[in-house]
Amino acid sequence: MPLIEVKNLEKIYQDDQTATPALDGVSFDINTGEFVAIMGPSGSGKSTLLHILGFLDRQSKGEYRFDGKTINDYFEEEVAHIRNKKMGFVFQAFNLLRRTSVLENVKLPLLYSGIKESLWEKMALKAIESVGLSHRLHHEPSQLSGGEQQRAAIARSLVNNPQVIFADEPTGNLDSKSGLAIMKILQKLNEEEGHTIVLITHETYTAEHSQRIIKLKDGKIESDFSVERRFKVGDHDLK
Amino acid sequence: MQLKQGLKIALKNLRVNRSRSILTILGIVIGITAIILIVSTGKGAQNLILGQIQGFGSKMAVIIPGREPKGANPMSMLELLYSDSLKEKDLEALEKKGAVPNLMRIMPVVFGGVSASYGSEIYRLTVFGASDLAAEIYNIYPATGAFFTEEDIRANADAAVIGAKVKEELFGDSEALGQKIKIKGRNFRVVGILPQKGSGSMVNFDEAAFVPYTTAQYYLFGIKYYHRIAVEADEEKNVDQMISDIKTVLRSSHNITDPEKDDFYIQSQADMIKTVGTVTNILTMFLVCVAGVSLLVGGVGIMNIMLVSVTERTREIGLRKALGATKKDILVQFLLEAIALTLSGGLIGILMGSAFSFVVSLALSRLAGLTWTFNFPVFAAFLGLIVSALIGLGFGLYPAKKAAMKSPIEALRYE
Repeated sequence: MPLIEVKNLEKIYQDDQTATPALDGVSFDINTGEFVAIMGPSGSGKSTLLHILGFLDRQSKGEYRFDGKTINDYFEEEVAHIRNKKMGFVFQAFNLLRRTSVLENVKLPLLYSGIKESLWEKMALKAIESVGLSHRLHHEPSQLSGGEQQRAAIARSLVNNPQVIFADEPTGNLDSKSGLAIMKILQKLNEEEGHTIVLITHETYTAEHSQRIIKLKDGKIESDFSVERRFKVGDHDLK
Repeated sequence: MQLKQGLKIALKNLRVNRSRSILTILGIVIGITAIILIVSTGKGAQNLILGQIQGFGSKMAVIIPGREPKGANPMSMLELLYSDSLKEKDLEALEKKGAVPNLMRIMPVVFGGVSASYGSEIYRLTVFGASDLAAEIYNIYPATGAFFTEEDIRANADAAVIGAKVKEELFGDSEALGQKIKIKGRNFRVVGILPQKGSGSMVNFDEAAFVPYTTAQYYLFGIKYYHRIAVEADEEKNVDQMISDIKTVLRSSHNITDPEKDDFYIQSQADMIKTVGTVTNILTMFLVCVAGVSLLVGGVGIMNIMLVSVTERTREIGLRKALGATKKDILVQFLLEAIALTLSGGLIGILMGSAFSFVVSLALSRLAGLTWTFNFPVFAAFLGLIVSALIGLGFGLYPAKKAAMKSPIEALRYE
């Protein structure tokens, strides 16, 4: 059973007079362990799609199953719990809490997890270590570079060991070298630790770090193909 | 999210915006400070007055002419001022052997403000027309000289016992005993001088003069009635019996059959204590209500700042929701922040209010020479804490709800 099943998904933004379709019949599956990039120009509906996939929004029509269940199978509190336990989010603007250390930022999802507080430190340290930020534990976001901030945000998305990580333009606010470092981390998480990753980007170059690209245009799938010549970020790229 | 962690986040956010937090809680601080101060000093004033009433002796009661005032009816107040229903025949009826068995002492009183002069010195004082029993009843024994006697009363004698302040104002350091002071064109011989009693008594005896009530009635005020009749029972437990006997006697003397139509009323010490208690409580409540307005304003300020804070932190709210916070988590977090704000305001207010009322009590007892005791109003402090927490809850609810209802996508998109 695929982790993510999307069938004829539609999303229409209803204004007073006009109805704007953002997604217009989208279908695809994503299996556990895949690293998929959803690509498209702005306005193609990729952010809308990610919001629906992340249970942050509801579709207008069609069906979306995550781990076999739709958002309507859950009460609102349970949806929050699914987001907390099974999904990790990485945003373009990092969205770290200001005046809060890396360690505390990474612990944030644990606050809503129901996990005992005594275990938080260990879980957070492990996540921070996997993004190579252990030397910045007590720094606040304002003391970090953009790349470091995004690594902290990735650590935060990892801390609950989710089934999927949704990354919305994670390199969009970064210079190319920091961006590459982020892609390297995502590749590592996918290959070495088996995390499923759904990446949203408008850059072909970034998308080609994944295994599969779903191209959106005007709310429809334009193409859905495996990446033949995948970019692997090597250590020499970061020098 | 647990309460402990929520509280930690709330306190952290308040610390981050320290000066804003302090300014925000100022209204609550002022309100609670004022309430504590008012309740504490009100209690102090009440204790002071009650102490003085008790000083008059628990066996005392006073007969007052006129209908008993019920509520603040201006007509009944007026009636009270001009009532002349207590006359000599009443005194005689009460003094008749066996009429009121428990009656030990009885003393008619008339009083009024007059000017007294000695040589070129003039002083305005309160003159009391009383009997020689005044010394025992009011516990005022002349430091020099003596009280006038029963004989003086029968003879309408021009004898006066003057208070310490009167002596000082009219005579300065020179000898007063045996000198004549002029009141309403009549010469009174000073027969006794009272010791300094200090201000703050219900009646300031330092600024008073006592003359025989007969003299005061005929020569000073030109009246044939009494303003008061003070009575004392033989024993405390018989006060009520004495009062009901007096009522019976006076009704028959005044030909009154319906107690509703009494043209006099009697206040025992217990009644006075009750009245004073009621009056000071009402006054305190009124002032507390005024101070409560400041709490209301403070609450609105809290709501205002919390709304600003919710808007400012829209992204944070969206993020928390995306990371798994439920509506309830967000609601609780913002409520806790509001309550932490108001509760700290309340605590500071209680500390400041207590400190101020301690200073006030110190000043009143040291500088004004009153026997004023500092009261920490435990109940008001407790209430203040609860009220300030409730204000946080009440005025924080709307902003917190607003925060909780934010959609995570809208919130994350917010710049």
